[in-house]
Amino acid sequence: MGYSGLRVIKEALTGHRGWGPAWRDAAPKAQYDYVIIGGGGHGLATAYYLAKEFRQARIAVLEKGWIGGGNVGRNTTIIRSNYLLDGNEPFYEFSLKLWEGLEQELNYNAMVSQRGILNLIHSDAQRDAFIRRGNAMMLNGADADLLSTEQIKARYPFLNVDNARFPIKGGLAQHRGGTVRHDAVAWGYARAADRHGVDIIQNCEVTGFRIENGTCTGVETSRGVIGAGKVAACVAGSSSRLMEKAGMRLPIESHVLQAFVSEGLKPLLPGVITFGAGHFYCSQSDKGGLVFGGDIDGYNSYAQRGNLPVIEDVCEGGMAIFPMLGRARLLRSWGGIMDMSMDGSPIIDRTHIGGLYFNGGWCYGGFKATPASGFAYAHLLATDSPHKTAAAYRFDRFARGRMIDEKGMGNQPNLH
Amino acid sequence: MLIDHPILGPRDSSEFVYKGDAALIRRPDWQAPDALEQFIDYGYLRDNPAGLHRELWFHEQGDRSWLVVTRDTTTHEITSVELARDVARKEGRSR
Repeated sequence: MGYSGLRVIKEALTGHRGWGPAWRDAAPKAQYDYVIIGGGGHGLATAYYLAKEFRQARIAVLEKGWIGGGNVGRNTTIIRSNYLLDGNEPFYEFSLKLWEGLEQELNYNAMVSQRGILNLIHSDAQRDAFIRRGNAMMLNGADADLLSTEQIKARYPFLNVDNARFPIKGGLAQHRGGTVRHDAVAWGYARAADRHGVDIIQNCEVTGFRIENGTCTGVETSRGVIGAGKVAACVAGSSSRLMEKAGMRLPIESHVLQAFVSEGLKPLLPGVITFGAGHFYCSQSDKGGLVFGGDIDGYNSYAQRGNLPVIEDVCEGGMAIFPMLGRARLLRSWGGIMDMSMDGSPIIDRTHIGGLYFNGGWCYGGFKATPASGFAYAHLLATDSPHKTAAAYRFDRFARGRMIDEKGMGNQPNLH
Repeated sequence: MLIDHPILGPRDSSEFVYKGDAALIRRPDWQAPDALEQFIDYGYLRDNPAGLHRELWFHEQGDRSWLVVTRDTTTHEITSVELARDVARKEGRSR
């Protein structure tokens, strides 16, 4: 049954006895056409679009824990499409357009809030770079708006525009950017996929691949062997651990990224502000907490928790630009594991093993990509050809010298 | 994290720059017939294990030595620290 305002009123008047589970707790069958490994945002979105847009059936999503318990539950919930390079910008703009229609599409309140995102500028050179970026965004159908210091002061009077080291000289705004309720994305996709017949199988860890004559025919799991026409890995953060079971080495290192939330405050911060020069960005959640973060810790980690030097560095960055932050108490910090790829961009591609597909390498930008990643991966799985916005996300781009390196850092994953 | 530097004793990890898998010490032979494939692997592919990981840390804010640190990537516990120079020599490199 659909969700609506009318339904909420009806349930309120009848003691809320009509709400059922949002998705079935499916048991694994012996054989599927598609087995998607990973019940995070990307895996669930892939299953949904595969069933809905590409009209495929017999689809399972395998999740080793509970759905939405990985990075889709651990991020800072920002959506945006402010990329520079041709390999990236059409993809992220496609994703932002899908976000804009997502709640109607899924019949689920994901609290998509286009409150805008602002990247601060501190020098003439940076302004030139951001103007170039803004032009690239507009060429790809996205919105971009160059703001003066006065416009920023009027909108964000609490910012320290006269910081001695990084005075604010303007900003590049994307007004269509914003935030989304992250858990609701996983739950919304799960419910919608389930309604299209997808089996969501939780507590089902993949322990190995069945590979015969160079073709993957299924997976071994903690709940038995499951045969599959096509197997789709979608476990960013743990990609190397999973693909090692298929004998693959990846152009990926796993790194920990920390995020933070302050105690709940009254509404004070409209939109998302990024202070890239000081390794700090911040937004305010609908519950009132200031949600902020900075850089990855910088060493390989699967620990889902980081160390104190980065906490200090992020808070110093925040205090530099945002002095009133010092009056708020830090409530929580947590860490998520990122697939840091060799050029800072993701991979959505076939592997050299027949019937085995890969989606990963999202670095710390996977959340905003969720809808387009699912759509493009479903396109690849259903048609065996890449979606037009994701055609550059190939494994062989490193060997062919076709890197998509937004920051120009080279093959040093902890610098992207 | 504290890194027990073989010469300087325990130092805070924030004095160091992380440079990745210690296998990067073994640069492929550029004259090998399959040098291209070897260099693509060397440049772009990583084991990225969950568990013990041998990795390079450069003491940029200290004595500028390169270390090979063995660390568990699931707990961050460091179990051994060697000078990268000693590791390379043990593998037959001249320096």
